[in-house]
Amino acid sequence: MTALLPRRGLAQILALIVILAVDRVVSPQFFDLRLQDGRLFGSLIDVLNRGTPVALLSLGMVLVIATRGIDLSVGAIMAISGAIAASLADSHGLPVVLAAALGAGLVCGLWNGFLVAVLGMQPIVATLILMVAGRGIAQLITEGRIVTFSSPDLVWLGNGAILGLPVPVAIALGMLILTGAVVRGSALGLLIEATGGNARASELAGVGTRAMILSVYVWCGVCAALAGVIAAADIMGADANNAGLWLELDAILAVVIGGTSLFGGRFSLVLAVLGALIIQTMNTGILLSGYPPEFNLLVKAVVVLAVLLLQSPKFSGLAGIAARLRRTKA
Amino acid sequence: MKGLPPVLITAIVLVAGFALCAMQFPNIASTRVVGNLLTDNAFLGIVATGMTFVIISGGIDLSVGSVIGFTTVFVALAIERWGVPPLVAFVAILALSAAFGAAMGAVIHVFDLPPFIVTLAGMFLARGASFLLSTESVPITAPVYSTVSDFALRMPGGGRLTAIAIIMLVIVVGGALLLHLTRFGANVYALGGSRTTASLMGVAVGKMTVKIYMLSSLLAGIAGIVFSFYTSAGYSLSAVGVELDTIAAVVIGGTLLTGGQGSVIGTFLGVLIQGLIQTYINFDGTLSSWWTKIATGVLLFAFIALQQGLVALARRPVAKSAGAAT
Repeated sequence: MTALLPRRGLAQILALIVILAVDRVVSPQFFDLRLQDGRLFGSLIDVLNRGTPVALLSLGMVLVIATRGIDLSVGAIMAISGAIAASLADSHGLPVVLAAALGAGLVCGLWNGFLVAVLGMQPIVATLILMVAGRGIAQLITEGRIVTFSSPDLVWLGNGAILGLPVPVAIALGMLILTGAVVRGSALGLLIEATGGNARASELAGVGTRAMILSVYVWCGVCAALAGVIAAADIMGADANNAGLWLELDAILAVVIGGTSLFGGRFSLVLAVLGALIIQTMNTGILLSGYPPEFNLLVKAVVVLAVLLLQSPKFSGLAGIAARLRRTKA
Repeated sequence: MKGLPPVLITAIVLVAGFALCAMQFPNIASTRVVGNLLTDNAFLGIVATGMTFVIISGGIDLSVGSVIGFTTVFVALAIERWGVPPLVAFVAILALSAAFGAAMGAVIHVFDLPPFIVTLAGMFLARGASFLLSTESVPITAPVYSTVSDFALRMPGGGRLTAIAIIMLVIVVGGALLLHLTRFGANVYALGGSRTTASLMGVAVGKMTVKIYMLSSLLAGIAGIVFSFYTSAGYSLSAVGVELDTIAAVVIGGTLLTGGQGSVIGTFLGVLIQGLIQTYINFDGTLSSWWTKIATGVLLFAFIALQQGLVALARRPVAKSAGAAT
């Protein structure tokens, strides 16, 4: 586990504890848990459950960012896979639905990866294409309507429980363990970091950088598709306009809060998921405290700025800034 | 760059597209439709002009949509609730948005952070601030608004060139002059070509970065005022996603997303192409509006692939001396 949870996670854990403590002050029953119909209920479980889509997205995003890339299309992929799952749910079994939805995510990821790895496009630009067009494709699948379904299997995926845990949380946990086992249990994680650190040097050293880049975008697409299916299962319908809207930004934010540098070269899966939980804990706290949910955006902006400044290599005390300002003025 | 310049390709696409549309619906080729196209896309044209500067300099500004939203809410509240004269409200919001852009530019430069993430924070901040001001749509009833909305130059054929379309055209021309004929414009290209080289050649990189983002936010503020004229209301959810349309327009206009190349005229043509797609879909009536998104995505891909090809061609003979463009 040491590989998964490096020492630098301390700041994130402390931040989570502080936010949890604030939530406890705002809402005294925050830590209350109760078991009902074989499923745990309570604000904490709610945080985990609501945080699942962003946590899944950040699992894929963190690997993409580790290669010095970025994937702006995850929200649109969520909309596509949700639309596919919802339109197939009542006529096909769960395996077919899942295979189709995840397959769509895989294809989307392949497309992004192809543009970045083979055509050599900038990641922001390459994924912008799918971000713009993807929602249109999702609308095409749902024919502009909000498709609802009642298939109990798919609904269970969003609202059921395994061993008391909501299914989405169990899935996210499973994906975290799976991803962690694959990338940290082998040299894959190291190779991904090498690609992000210096693609040219890694290439010369014999790392298949193209394959690395292609596969992280594919994985990101699959994770996004899974998040899309869960989001659709949660509301028992697919809304191509709003499913996953702006979640790409939350996912990037989660990765950044998790201490992964946007310049690539190192990453931590656990901390990225922790970042997603921090965001959700803040959201829930703001809701519980009675502030309007719109307040979230302001808080997020302040948090992302604070984290960025702390991460910035140029940020070493006010003296450093002053010196730099003087230099730029001169 | 040899061969066809990207702007020319954009122009050809626009003319060919327009001809195709006109063949199917002869009514499209009228000054009425063209006038409406300019009016409907006035705010997009203004904000895309600012984005062109940012992208040529090698940056990106994701906050423009939120700045437009904030501006409409601020202007509406200032005029209707706080009783501020419209002109004073305009000056105040333009000063505020310019300061906002300058702050983002300063953060990008001083802390050496990617523009993408800083302007993302700016986007959250501006959108959140507009929600704090008001979450409802605030109608604007000031007499200035009806005067400006009613003002229009008659074009032959019955078309109306509205005040906001004129503002957009003036800003596009002004932007083109600023980019192509001034030292400031030359510095923008230099920054996009290579920051290090520009700095070594004596360009004040920090000052330029601040000014470029200031310009982008200022134009977003003007676009916000124009948007409020267009809708006669201020709404905190207005112009969501406009940053994407804007970036798409700039790219379709032949500006290189890695910086260093592009033109304001190309961007203007890119805006018109997007407007044309929208107009075609309106005329057709059976196609749904989401086809706009797909068509924009396809065009975006086509133009980026084209750029990629052109860049590869341009680099080939000097592959060894050309360094990575960072």
